[in-house]
Amino acid sequence: MITKRIIACLDVHGGRVVKGVQFVDLVDAGDPAALAARHAREGADEIVLLDITATHEGRATLLDTVRRTARELFVPFCVGGGIRTANDAAQVFEAGADKVSVNSAALADPTLISVIGASFGAQAVVVAIDARRDPYAADPVRDAQVFVQGGRKPAGRRVVEWAREAEARGAGEILLTSMDSDGTRAGFDCELTAAVSEAVSIPVIASGGAGTVDHFVDVFGRGKADAALAASIFHFGVSSARSLKEELARAGVSVRLPC
Amino acid sequence: MRVTVIDYKAGNLTSVLKALRHLGAEPKVTDGDLAPVENAERIVLPGVGHFQATERLDATGLTGAIRAAIARGVPFLGICVGMQWLYAGSSEAPDQPGLSHFPERCTRFPEGHEKVPHVGWNSLEVRVGSRLLAGVEPGEFVYFTHSYEAPVTAHTAAITHYIEPFASAVESANVMGVQFHPEKSGATGLKILRNFLSWEGKGTA
Repeated sequence: MITKRIIACLDVHGGRVVKGVQFVDLVDAGDPAALAARHAREGADEIVLLDITATHEGRATLLDTVRRTARELFVPFCVGGGIRTANDAAQVFEAGADKVSVNSAALADPTLISVIGASFGAQAVVVAIDARRDPYAADPVRDAQVFVQGGRKPAGRRVVEWAREAEARGAGEILLTSMDSDGTRAGFDCELTAAVSEAVSIPVIASGGAGTVDHFVDVFGRGKADAALAASIFHFGVSSARSLKEELARAGVSVRLPC
Repeated sequence: MRVTVIDYKAGNLTSVLKALRHLGAEPKVTDGDLAPVENAERIVLPGVGHFQATERLDATGLTGAIRAAIARGVPFLGICVGMQWLYAGSSEAPDQPGLSHFPERCTRFPEGHEKVPHVGWNSLEVRVGSRLLAGVEPGEFVYFTHSYEAPVTAHTAAITHYIEPFASAVESANVMGVQFHPEKSGATGLKILRNFLSWEGKGTA
């Protein structure tokens, strides 16, 4: 039986993990390679590394980070942040990533999705969408809007429609972040996640708002998510992906266990 | 231990090479030079993406060299599209022939049930006696990402259930294939690659 994936996310800046999970007993708690290895060992089904530096000067540092992180990682490894061209993507794959996530660059030039997919396969292209409900629309969920620049600027696209286009252009997965829920720890936006998941045939990874195990149960059920990003939940009483998955299994969610 | 890895420009080889090196093998990559296939001790054919990409194997002469190596008894492992290529073909690229080592064809998962592609960790029902999957216990998971499936036949080494039962591994003498990605399947995947690397059998298909 196919299982729901728990994906550990590391935000890195200048080669260091700046948000996400910090383990006190690691000698260097900010080292992405050490943290990724730890997450994989402790049951994460996949690792996402998001470069929030995303500057031209930062690329060399990022590639070095990806190379070091990938070296001993034998679970799927996705890298995002600042990937603007097919060449940026190629360098990240060369460094050891299995997937890249593209966001604003794909909005600016949607052919980027098919260009990367043509060389590396559709499974390697994750389209990340930062979404906000549109409170003024007749249907705030169906009319939810895509945002760029960290959720500050509307992209002028509807989320569901952009997800469909991304799929048609050859995206392998959608990483959907609810900007309304992000940072609240009040739960994923299950209605929005379900709307996107029902609109496409490719997997949808839910992100934003996780605070408790029940939130994951909810997004895998009501939210119809295929995977969920976990970051700050590990700060609040759940010590690892493994223990999160053990609790999910008890709640009837199919997960990879033992892991 | 030398392993010839075939590069036919279907996706990224980095992960496969990394896993092989991690297990102590010395992978040698070829994208058209036939000598590394003609002298191969073991062959790995990875591959993600579209079945059409395998046309490059025909164009470069690698198809014939691989067929000859298989006939000599060289252990062969196809991964993902590399496994599908062992069959007669795939509905993904109906005019592109496979190796036809197995006479069946690969087809797209039926629509209208679950999502297609099948992406994520799923379990294996291992056929008793499989050498490739020796030591893989019930309940162990491996990572899949694919839209096309191989049918269950007498040579199926493992069955996985998604929409319907399909062949997640195939094995016949020295010819082996896995639909999943052992290089991305944690400790279970490394165990399977280790089985392939340590198999000393001399049988031919």
